[in-house]
Amino acid sequence: MIATELDTLAGDLRAMARIRAFEERVARYFREGQIPGFVHVSIGQEAIAAGVCGVLTEDDKITTTHRGHGHCLAKGADAGAMMAELFGRATGTCRGRGGSMHIADPRIGILGANGIVAAGLPLAVGAGLAALRQGTGAVAVAFAGEGTVHSGAFHEAIALAVLWRAPVIFVIENNRFSEFTDSDALWRGAPLIERAKAYGLTSAERIDGNDVIAVRASAAAAAAACRAGEGPVLIEAMTYRIHGHYEGDAVGYRDAEEFAAAQQRDPLLRSAATLEAADRAGDAQAALDDAATEMDAAVAFGLDAPYPDPATVLEDIYA
Amino acid sequence: MPSATARPRKYIHAVRETLAEEMEADADVVVIGIDVAAGSVYGATKGLAERFGPERVMDTPIAEAGVVGAAVGAAMAGLRPVVEVMYMDFISVCLDPIVNQAAKLRYMTGGGVRIPLVIRTQTGGGRSSGAQHSQSLEGMLAHVPGLKVFLPSDPRDVADLLRAAIRDDGPVVFVENRRLYNSPTPDGPWETLPPGRARIVAPGDDVTVIAWGRMVGDALAACQDERLAGVGVEVIDLRTLVPLDLETLLASVRRTGRALVVHEAVEGFGPGAEIAMRLTEELLYEIEGPIRRLGALQAPIPYSPPLEEAVLPGPASIAGAVRALLDD
Ligand SMILES: Cc1ncc(C[n+]2csc(CCOP(=O)(O)OP(=O)(O)O)c2C)c(N)n1
Repeated sequence: MIATELDTLAGDLRAMARIRAFEERVARYFREGQIPGFVHVSIGQEAIAAGVCGVLTEDDKITTTHRGHGHCLAKGADAGAMMAELFGRATGTCRGRGGSMHIADPRIGILGANGIVAAGLPLAVGAGLAALRQGTGAVAVAFAGEGTVHSGAFHEAIALAVLWRAPVIFVIENNRFSEFTDSDALWRGAPLIERAKAYGLTSAERIDGNDVIAVRASAAAAAAACRAGEGPVLIEAMTYRIHGHYEGDAVGYRDAEEFAAAQQRDPLLRSAATLEAADRAGDAQAALDDAATEMDAAVAFGLDAPYPDPATVLEDIYA
Repeated sequence: MPSATARPRKYIHAVRETLAEEMEADADVVVIGIDVAAGSVYGATKGLAERFGPERVMDTPIAEAGVVGAAVGAAMAGLRPVVEVMYMDFISVCLDPIVNQAAKLRYMTGGGVRIPLVIRTQTGGGRSSGAQHSQSLEGMLAHVPGLKVFLPSDPRDVADLLRAAIRDDGPVVFVENRRLYNSPTPDGPWETLPPGRARIVAPGDDVTVIAWGRMVGDALAACQDERLAGVGVEVIDLRTLVPLDLETLLASVRRTGRALVVHEAVEGFGPGAEIAMRLTEELLYEIEGPIRRLGALQAPIPYSPPLEEAVLPGPASIAGAVRALLDD
């Protein structure tokens, strides 16, 4: 690898390390009872968020899911504000109204995480349509899990995006499980990328979602195609959910051997190993150290932040 | 109707055991939903797949519109499906098969079809689940002619009403409350009531409080508030919104002269307005003052605990509203 490629990889490792450090703290503070509700973390899936958002600009839009912390961080959301949101505080990304499943920051193109499976896909198609009409050249990315693909909203979104040639990248993160169920057990017929091509998508590819170099390359090609008017595009990124469906899930349904093998494919370890082999071990260590420092500060900011004033509870309901 | 002899230990057990009993009694009863074979998120279907097999305890992909639509068709063709819609909020992604199909087809076919379908779902605000996992939408469902809506608060009523729902030849939305799942079955005598009969859970002569689901417990807790010391509060558990037991409500309010309807659903255009108006139409010249409602504020349910607390009714706000009624 040449130096600029190594620089890019080091940057992507930074993005992944930030997500990992954020999620580890979320899991911990949830366990300790400081984060209310329920949380879904993306540990093990960081390469997809980092690689895809790494090729986006601030004008590009994303929609994501209940497992969306990583996508929001990689798209530029402030970690302290996100942490404050999870703690339910007034200075949170959504002023405490949203919570873990609903982080959004429209000013930087984050149209939001979502508590309704598949709801983000049509929203992304609409964002792509707006970019098309207004000629901004922006693309929209819909992040979704493989559990999404049997829903009507998934099929309708793809059909519309194809019809309108909307600049939309559907990123399907296949992390093996849909809640407590093996996703393969619910599947019959052609694999996803063949189905997608049958809809008329210009490109649909299955990639190793734990290899951030592969993710970035695929996303860059997808974004370029969309910006050139050749969208929409689908990427199925194969990965593995390292934690339970939500924190507190006892994961009794998970195969121990399969889990151990998946841990060996950890996207952070793989990127760090590549950097080390190129004599850039210092970059890898700095990425991890800086992420830890940043996320400790984010937690401190969140825990120090005030709760919202109940008198404001009826604000922002109607325009 | 048979009265359960062995009492379920908790609300959640009542769901599970009644499903098992009805599946045992009738091979046409099938349970369908996301992760129902794994026991479903709160454990309501635990053990059913092991006992009845995957042909009768069917895991589905995340495809509620298709799943509920298929359940309507299966019901029309002879099965008695019990579909789980994991959160009441997700009813919104499968409204067509509920509102336009299940609710109407008996009527539209001139009584030609039976649709013995149960849609089990659960709600429960107050746990920071966020605006898309905390809604109580029973008013919206009760608004649609053709749908019955059951909302038990007591584990014994869970058993009685779920059994009745499964044996009903029309569509029933069965609303559980996840914050009650762990509540134990109280001791004491029990009278099994059919759907459409409300239950007086605390007698009183001064004021009537009408509630369902988790608000029944909150209304009982409100009676302990010092602002209501010495006040005879009659608390009525409505049990089913459709059919509505106007008779029991009228008899109570005629006696007390005052009433408050309490629900977790937002107040505006809500079920409380309907009940208050029905009572007022009958009792206008017999009551001491307006019949009032107390529901959630007209807002999406916020995530942050102090905001959510401000939005939802609870024992303190119920006591305050009852006090205000008496002072009217
Ligand atoms: C419409 C709808 N149905 C069901 C759910 C409950 N639910 C939340 S996440 C989930 C599984 C999602 O699986 P997948 O899309 O693979 O994403 P992952 O959790 O693996 O990231 C389910 C069933 C929901 N939130 N919305």
